[in-house]
Amino acid sequence: MAELTYRDAVVRGIAQEMARDPDVVFLGEDVAKAGGVFKATVGLLEQFGPLRVRDTPISEQAILGAAMGAAMTGLKPIAEIMFSDFFAVCFDYIANEIPKGRYMSNGQTKCPLVVRTGNGGGARFGAQHSQSVENWCMMIPGLKVVAPSTPRDVIGLLAASVRDPDPVIFLEHKSLYAVKGEVPDGEILDTLGTASIVRPGKDATILALALMVPRAFAAAEKLKSEFGIDCEVIDVRSLVPLDTQAILNSVARTHRLFTVEENPRLCGWGAEIVSIVADEAFYELDGPPVRITTPHIPLPAADILEDLALPSVDRIVDRVRRSMEN
Amino acid sequence: MKTDARNFAATKEVLVPLLRQMLLVRRVEERLSADFHAGKLPGGVHLYIGQEAVAVGVCAHLRDSDTITSTHRGHGHFIAKGGSPRAMMAEIWGKRSGICRGMGGSMHVADVSKGILGANGIVAAGLAITCGAAYAVTLDRSDRVAVAFFGDGAANQGTLMETLNVATLWNLPMIFVCENNRFSEFSPTSTVTAGDIVDRARAFKIPCASVDGNDVLAVHGAAGAAIERARKGGGPSFIEAHTYRLHGHLEAEKSFLKSAYRESAEVEEWRGRDPIALFKTYLRGEGILDEREVDALEREIAAIVEDAAQFAEAGEPADPNLVFEVMFHEQRA
Ligand SMILES: Cc1ncc(C[n+]2csc(CCOP(=O)(O)OP(=O)(O)O)c2C)c(N)n1
Repeated sequence: MAELTYRDAVVRGIAQEMARDPDVVFLGEDVAKAGGVFKATVGLLEQFGPLRVRDTPISEQAILGAAMGAAMTGLKPIAEIMFSDFFAVCFDYIANEIPKGRYMSNGQTKCPLVVRTGNGGGARFGAQHSQSVENWCMMIPGLKVVAPSTPRDVIGLLAASVRDPDPVIFLEHKSLYAVKGEVPDGEILDTLGTASIVRPGKDATILALALMVPRAFAAAEKLKSEFGIDCEVIDVRSLVPLDTQAILNSVARTHRLFTVEENPRLCGWGAEIVSIVADEAFYELDGPPVRITTPHIPLPAADILEDLALPSVDRIVDRVRRSMEN
Repeated sequence: MKTDARNFAATKEVLVPLLRQMLLVRRVEERLSADFHAGKLPGGVHLYIGQEAVAVGVCAHLRDSDTITSTHRGHGHFIAKGGSPRAMMAEIWGKRSGICRGMGGSMHVADVSKGILGANGIVAAGLAITCGAAYAVTLDRSDRVAVAFFGDGAANQGTLMETLNVATLWNLPMIFVCENNRFSEFSPTSTVTAGDIVDRARAFKIPCASVDGNDVLAVHGAAGAAIERARKGGGPSFIEAHTYRLHGHLEAEKSFLKSAYRESAEVEEWRGRDPIALFKTYLRGEGILDEREVDALEREIAAIVEDAAQFAEAGEPADPNLVFEVMFHEQRA
């Protein structure tokens, strides 16, 4: 066991896979020599050399298109798009090219690649560097979508993503890079599509992703100690594939469902999950499912405004408590 | 000082405001740098220090009705185009007295009343927006122009090619101003950019100039010619201004970079070619300003900056109601 930051876990995860498989290559803007703007790729150039670890120009379309072409012809690229907001400038590759090749060619082509990106708010970078775009990705058929909340999950899920035969969008949360956690020694390999129960509870189920997981956890502790409400907190970890069974099982135990989402409200991932639960477990519910989200706005820059927009521990506590009292 | 691109009467009335504006941009940003390092600013800042001659040399020719788009490194363009230092600093501080009332922040300062359509967090996004602003001019048949400021790194986005084509094809009153400050973040330009950027524009057979971006008169001359041409219906022009970013890509960079990405000797060499120092020397040499007048100007600017910084710091925090208010037109407070 060692204590590792989330950002160092990214380095270790990439290194683990590059050391294991010579077909794994890594490219992005300022990822090699500078070690990444989030310091999450430090040392990879030195370890694996300039042919496998490449700095690119500011050309997101070239980055993802090249990753795709390389994946179609034998490599297993990891491509970095620095901020997930920039998915919008290369969205053709994300929405039309990478996810569709296998399907359209009846399985002749494949696209085993990972797109890593810094996602989410909290850094006061303003509306074009702070978005949570997990829902942009989840809506596209052909993409897998993963968002770890702990250093251990970063390594295990990144390894699973690299080894997956299909394209995976890997959303790292910018506000988690400095967070530390225990990580076992040796190789770590996790499984995509598995949620994890981070706090068992009997009164209500709270689903969360990435930065919202520690907030949901803190809220659950407060709800228990201050209001005697015992919440089960589930880290969804992977939106596609989704661990529907874990979610339905939890709802069957607690009979209440809350989602804590950083994405703007309309078409957030929680809406999809609420609809699944309504379809499959409607009669298990003792009350309406409640979505706690960022309002349907771009994120404001000023610190107090950004804090107000993102779901906070207090907002989660308040929303759950009021709903449970009814 | 090389001033061969000059093609205007260098009167004191033209020259002194250039120095004044460069000083204003510089001193505002020096204050922002200090405030950032004192932990007072809510977010990061990308400073323009070292590149002032470009924004000032171009914007000296522009009216409020002309439009510009800018980049993540947008404070210099904002001030050079006539934006208020008070309102800009308050915005960067996240205050309700900010030019966007705290909604935008450093990377999104905008003042449409001054023709500043906005700084932009997406590298190269301003190019196509400027194309649209220039297209709008062709419908109102005025002699307004639209200027896009963008970096050498931005030149590697496909949108440059798209915009050059449309602007040329439609003969738009647009000026492309590429500020080649020798870096895309931490990558020296030579490691990420093939060929000369200005040659990309030459392929469209529009007037192109490659100028010393630390020589405000060279920039002023090239921009003056391009803007005048655009006003008269002569279509787009491209200027590549060679300059140097003296501060970091962003002020926080030292806290996370594992090693230096440029030699300090190189930075020092460029510090020796500081556009403001060069221009002061020129003005003194030509007998246009004496030491006393330069000092008076410095004091005047220092007072403006002190006032703006205090205004920003003392301002009330942003208004929480705004978070839900300004999404659509009918909600605007
Ligand atoms: C589409 C997009 N890709 C990447 C970034 C991250 N980024 C911000 S500034 C920058 C470098 C820009 O270089 P250049 O255009 O030369 O401008 P400079 O910073 O030198 O002023 C990068 C890569 C971004 N903001 N937008």
